[in-house]
Amino acid sequence: MYRYIANRVLLVIPTLIGAAVLVFLLMRLIPGDICAIRLGSGGSMADPRAIARCHAELGLDRSMLAQFIDFAWGFFRLDFGVSMWSGKPVAEEIAARLPISLEIAMMATVVAIFIAIPLGTISALKQNSWLDHAVRIAAIAGISTPSFWLGIMSILAVLELSQMLFGAPWMPPIDYVPFWQDPLRNLSIAFLPALTVGYRYAAVSMRMTRSAMLEVLREDYIRTARAKGLIEKIVINRHALKNALLPVVTLIGIEFAFLISGLVVTEQVFNINGVGRLFVLAVQNQDYTLTQALVMLTVVTFVFVNLAVDLLYGWLDPRIRFG
Amino acid sequence: MIAKRPLSAAALAGALCLAPAAVRADETPKHGGTLTYMIPADAPPTLDGHRETTFATLHAAAPFYSVLIRVNPDNPSSTTDFVCDLCTEMPAPTDGGKTYTFKIRQGVKFHDGTPLTAADVAENWQYIVHPPDGVASARESYFVMVDKVEAPDATTVVFHLKYPTSAFLPGLADPFAWIYKKEILEKDPRWFEKNVMGSGPFKFAGYEIGQSIKGVRNPDYYRAGQPYLDGFTAIFAAKQAVRVDAIRADRAALEFRGIPPAARDEITRDMGDKIAVQTSDWNCVNLVTPNHKKKPFDDVRVRRALTLAIDAWHGAPALAKIANVHTVGGIVFPGSPLAATKDELQTLAGFWPDIGKSREEAKRLLKEAGAEGLSFELMNRNVDQPYKFIAIWLIDEWTKVGLKVTQRVLPTGPFFDGLRHGTFDVTVDFNCQSVVNPLMDIAKFLPHTVYPENYGGYEDQKEIDLYDQLLHETDAAKQREMIRAFEKYVLDTQAHMFMTPWWNRIIPMRSYVKGWKISPSHYLNQDLANVWLDK
Repeated sequence: MYRYIANRVLLVIPTLIGAAVLVFLLMRLIPGDICAIRLGSGGSMADPRAIARCHAELGLDRSMLAQFIDFAWGFFRLDFGVSMWSGKPVAEEIAARLPISLEIAMMATVVAIFIAIPLGTISALKQNSWLDHAVRIAAIAGISTPSFWLGIMSILAVLELSQMLFGAPWMPPIDYVPFWQDPLRNLSIAFLPALTVGYRYAAVSMRMTRSAMLEVLREDYIRTARAKGLIEKIVINRHALKNALLPVVTLIGIEFAFLISGLVVTEQVFNINGVGRLFVLAVQNQDYTLTQALVMLTVVTFVFVNLAVDLLYGWLDPRIRFG
Repeated sequence: MIAKRPLSAAALAGALCLAPAAVRADETPKHGGTLTYMIPADAPPTLDGHRETTFATLHAAAPFYSVLIRVNPDNPSSTTDFVCDLCTEMPAPTDGGKTYTFKIRQGVKFHDGTPLTAADVAENWQYIVHPPDGVASARESYFVMVDKVEAPDATTVVFHLKYPTSAFLPGLADPFAWIYKKEILEKDPRWFEKNVMGSGPFKFAGYEIGQSIKGVRNPDYYRAGQPYLDGFTAIFAAKQAVRVDAIRADRAALEFRGIPPAARDEITRDMGDKIAVQTSDWNCVNLVTPNHKKKPFDDVRVRRALTLAIDAWHGAPALAKIANVHTVGGIVFPGSPLAATKDELQTLAGFWPDIGKSREEAKRLLKEAGAEGLSFELMNRNVDQPYKFIAIWLIDEWTKVGLKVTQRVLPTGPFFDGLRHGTFDVTVDFNCQSVVNPLMDIAKFLPHTVYPENYGGYEDQKEIDLYDQLLHETDAAKQREMIRAFEKYVLDTQAHMFMTPWWNRIIPMRSYVKGWKISPSHYLNQDLANVWLDK
């Protein structure tokens, strides 16, 4: 198994090289200039001397090859450079935002797991019953409802309900505090976005769980287990669920990896200072170094989450061996 | 707000729409409390006002700094009322208008306790006007008239101009011209990008990257009794819905940029007397710039036709209900004494009172130029307020003279790229300034060789000559005449660019916020020294 892990880790390298080249080229293909945006987007005159100075400071007056070598060499040394927009180290920019994105991703995953797996299982067991229909309707609603709309509606609902019940509108705080500083305030900030994202996440996982369970429940070994006289609880939990979870685990893994840097709209709606929002800002401002670093982070996250999922397969299904 | 004749500053202030809960003259400011406000942007690139041009930097860091002179915070709507901040009195120019000598206040301290002297002021201004190699100054070009700045002694700063001009003093009141500590500036000019050392009403108390910035009261502030607040917290929030909800729920008291009319209507309906709203004409306007390098926009008849087709007088009130625009005006900010009156405007193409006659003339010109039924693309920036509303309105107006126009909306980066490379037929453009300084503000209309941010792609020596004479004229009456001639030439005779209604600033605030008064620019009056909370 260690050889398998080592091989998978080594495979990250060509993936990262490919992603690095792609993001480097794509960013430079987008028309625009970070210096012009920074110095002229307010509407007043942008001094061409100031713009030229800005180009020199950011190294944008060098050749593309020189810029790429600089980027690649820095990445090789795990030096991601400084943000072209703020001048702060990229690591510092990301580190300031990673905790809240991770927190929401984890909370949303917990919400999804605790809703999706039980409900998906029950839905499969009670196929075509009213419970099954209700769960399926909730799942379809979750998939088809845009999460940004759900987010806006949830804030409005909280405002209106609090107005009705307490006479004054209330909304969660909008400036983030870490959990260890003020747990209650932190959770009140993260709760609504986690629920909003978790609902959609749960909906997708619910359907997958239901579908996988239905397939597994039709297998011969399940019929055998029942014929042997095992109680239904053991048939479901020990025999059916473990096998049905394989595709569900894959899905949850991919969704979790996406949540780290993909919650762009949700973070905007709830004013969360997260990695997704930073991503949008970096692209809008044409901050090459920051965008490149964020793409690399996303690639690494996906790769390692997928590796973790694959290793989890081994625990779920003992037949799987890592060569 | 169209003046039949130039309004006095007092009349202008009275013309502002102030909600009933605004400050009364007999109210005594209360001390204490923390003001929480929203900054309608993501985090600024840096906190260095000399380097940056975004309001995000200004709203975040202006409370920490002092400036030499500023718009009067008690009368910020005036376009001519400048008062001392670090100086003791506004000087009269000497040496034929080429020398301004300022006396600096005594006893002013930086936040680390060290004294602020004339040497600090002079050094900062020297860095702004003539930045040394490697030092960024975003407003260097605004001060082409300045020869040098010096501090002959610890209390005196002298500005020597190359020529007398009335554009200098308003320029000096630039809200980004913060006074840094000379010692730090000389040692590391980039220190102020990430750090704060000012002498303003608030001391730096913390900055959460991308999240918020905090300040606490400066007990050694040189204005007795101020600031009234114990501190402030400014939270970055780019989305309007978040800001409006935050004000509703009292998570924040206000924002200082502006909201659209629909949001104002919603919040005033929901909040009643808990909300006060201040409005003002805004020293920002969208322009229409035809690309003179592309046929048929090199033909003045086609350009005049484009402007004659627009019915600004009826369009503005309709647009004002849904977009952040309000006042029909010429090239000068409507509240300025140099602005055109309604009668003067109505003599210019694009402002004729009879739109039927105007559109007939537009059609005649298009036919004469062989451009009947012309199809073209309008380039626009991907910003709702008011860019997209303006563009849709323009396209509709142009259909009324048989033109077929489509819109290409671009994000900020590609939009600027399109402007700079001239890859457009006609574009929505913009001119957004801080202190109302008509002589500098109208430089936007000059050809690219003189004003690099003009994207019309034309050369016009006559226009440059007209402007040059105007810039050197110090007599107010003659200035007015000359600016009218310049305006007619640019908007009518050559129709190089043309106007859409001036922006309108709508600021909602919780009614317990007192002391702050709206100005024509979201860059002005942001040090918060005179703000207090009535709770």
